[in-house]
Amino acid sequence: MTIDTPVSDQVFHGKELKKIEDEEICMQCKDFSLFYGAKQALFDITMNIPSSRVTAFIGPSGCGKSTLLRCMNRMNDLVDGVTLKGEMLLRGEDVYGRSVNVTDLRRRVGMVFQKPNPFPKSIFENVAYGLRLQGVSNKREIEDRVEWSLKRAALWDEVGGRLQENAFELSGGQQQRLVIARAIAIQPEVLLLDEPASALDPISTLKIEELIFELKSQYTVVIVTHNMQQAARVSDYTAFLYLGELIEFDATDKLFTNPKEKKTEDYITGRYG
Amino acid sequence: MNTEKLGFFKSGTPWVWLNAGAVSISMIMVVGLLILIAVRGLGHFWPKTIWEIDYLEGDNQIVLLGERSKTETVPAKQLVASGLHLGFEEEFVERTLLKIGNRDMNGVDFKLIVKPAEMEVRKPVDAIVFERTQWGNFYGFLQSLSENGDTLDIKSGALWDELQSRLKRVDDLRDEIHEIEKYEIGKINYKIEKLRLKQRRIELSGISDPDAVSDIKSQRKILDDEYEILKGELGKLYSAIARDQALMTIQDGREKQVKLADIIKATKPNAMGLGTKLGHYFVNLKNFVTDDPREANTEGGIFPAIFGTVMMVLLMSVIVTPFGVIAAIYLREYAKQGFVTRLVRISVNNLAGVPSIVYGVFGLGFFVYFLGGNIDQLFYPEALPSPTFGSGGLMWASLTLALLTVPVVIVATEEGLSRIPSSVREGSLALGATKAETLWRTVLPMASPAMMTGLILAVARAAGEVAPLMLVGAVKLAPSLPLDLNAPFLHLERKFMHLGFHIYDVGFQSPNVEAARPLVYATALILVVVIILLNLSAIYIRNHLREKYRTMEH
Repeated sequence: MTIDTPVSDQVFHGKELKKIEDEEICMQCKDFSLFYGAKQALFDITMNIPSSRVTAFIGPSGCGKSTLLRCMNRMNDLVDGVTLKGEMLLRGEDVYGRSVNVTDLRRRVGMVFQKPNPFPKSIFENVAYGLRLQGVSNKREIEDRVEWSLKRAALWDEVGGRLQENAFELSGGQQQRLVIARAIAIQPEVLLLDEPASALDPISTLKIEELIFELKSQYTVVIVTHNMQQAARVSDYTAFLYLGELIEFDATDKLFTNPKEKKTEDYITGRYG
Repeated sequence: MNTEKLGFFKSGTPWVWLNAGAVSISMIMVVGLLILIAVRGLGHFWPKTIWEIDYLEGDNQIVLLGERSKTETVPAKQLVASGLHLGFEEEFVERTLLKIGNRDMNGVDFKLIVKPAEMEVRKPVDAIVFERTQWGNFYGFLQSLSENGDTLDIKSGALWDELQSRLKRVDDLRDEIHEIEKYEIGKINYKIEKLRLKQRRIELSGISDPDAVSDIKSQRKILDDEYEILKGELGKLYSAIARDQALMTIQDGREKQVKLADIIKATKPNAMGLGTKLGHYFVNLKNFVTDDPREANTEGGIFPAIFGTVMMVLLMSVIVTPFGVIAAIYLREYAKQGFVTRLVRISVNNLAGVPSIVYGVFGLGFFVYFLGGNIDQLFYPEALPSPTFGSGGLMWASLTLALLTVPVVIVATEEGLSRIPSSVREGSLALGATKAETLWRTVLPMASPAMMTGLILAVARAAGEVAPLMLVGAVKLAPSLPLDLNAPFLHLERKFMHLGFHIYDVGFQSPNVEAARPLVYATALILVVVIILLNLSAIYIRNHLREKYRTMEH
């Protein structure tokens, strides 16, 4: 397999970044707190996730970054004993509002998990799953959309000829790209990535990172990562969380080169974590 | 020394030996059981040598002709104590059980011979054994054949071939008679019964409908005419089949005219080579599996019992799977996990341990008497007082066994559901699927191998169950199969035969226990084979599903 030459810095940041305050807002947290039973996991988090950008959450294990991500499409509804305070808005609309249909929300806010989790079906059926849920039954339309999604996920060249094979035949990296293809097939507005490359080898990781960069032209991407280099490589904005609190949120370049907070500096220089 | 010993124990080697020993003992027990059943059961179909034994008992010269069924060595003291005069001094005596057949002439089928001091044993090549439709086996020598009472002039060398060709004719006639009696007359009887019920229904409704009644009467007339025609044909066939007779002599020289119509099969086992014997062996085996039983189940085949067992198990599977799976889904996926669910789960697990006869009693009281009785009142009042669903039958037996096995399916399915990785569920939910859609499209297909495992266990338990069936529908002899060519084809109200019950009946309720004993083993073997086949087909389906829904390998 040939490895594409790493995308240069210039390409990565080709789109001129505005000041964070001037970005169009996609999702918003307002004094958002979360409790697992009596234990508080998130403390009054307030931040704006900008539209069509890649935002990374970094922080040591257990700092609440995955929890925050999972609140954005209400995956935490599945956990018993969770109570929430504050607001989570998607384009100004409360995600936890009474009139919100959870399944509609999840269609708008897609999610990819740490471990690749394809369904035990063919590659084609995996990508078509979300479409069929939406009631798309036109065979031609489904085929077109599957091809489009697989191309967007940079997987078409590798699997285009064997769509009827079981998804488990694919390698770990291919599976993860398949899962991303599955998520973008229903064209969500936001794509949440929960450590999408942590279970993958370096080559697959590189491909996923390139893919993330490609995706931000159309989607708002939020990525949780353990890997600070990865955050530095792919994201436009980075949020540092520590023990459930948002310590700092700024443009990635600024946060990594010139952090305002002492805790951020300690973390990115490897003093703890 | 001490530390060395300790080291040996710590190394775990004794553990390995203990475990391996336990496994070997289990294997030896299972394999030994199967071998015992197979040898005892399958040996029955081998054409056995006919012995002619000549000895003195007191002052009487005794000649016996028959098959050796069992030989054992017993202490002489024991025989003397039981009042037998031996006439010679020995510590141990050989005792043989000889199947002498000819029950109509000898009164008994078996004779126990204590090996006398002097005894002559021969293997007469001409000895013939008849398998008969009644009175058990016949052993003797063929003297002559007669047609309509007139002895035929045939050379003794050609007698045997002539007998076989005439038996072939009898066989064909018997098939024809069976065809007419069982199917054609059976069909007419079924229609006549339907007409009778229709007429009764009209009477019960209280509305006079002369058109319908006369219509029924004319149909009845047609059927009666058809029946008369068939009866005429039958009469001809019966007189044709009774044409030939064989004059036989038995061991003590007495003569007997045997009707060829009574003979199912005539063989000369002493004249057979190994190849011929092998051929007869497989024919006997095939007949055992495909024929109807005769003579209070002690002779003939066990086909209706095999059919009944398989039908009942299949029906039970069809009932138990949806019930068990739906209950498990509710318990695992929807019910709030708490005290009540735990209580329900414990009850379900304990239900699997309730003795099966208790289910039988419940089935009789609830299904047969209550449900069946009410169904009869509501839907079949014209047949009363004879019950339709109000007595044991295939449906009630299947339902009772489904009740018995539903805990197994619930437990296995729950186990399977809990093993589905949450990442797959989350993946589906994150795509905007509702819980029901996630279950239906992803979780249930992935849990289907576990459901099949539950079904396999259920089938294994249900197929071997006898006690409850005796109360809810298994019978010694069912007049017709629950599946036939008369609409509506599947007759759920009919009683059926079952291999397990057949074993019990043949082994312990039979008038001729000694003759039936090999059949008990053979039937047991068939039962085991049927269960294994049912399980293998379920396992095949499960492995297929497993391959299809292989879960993630990390």
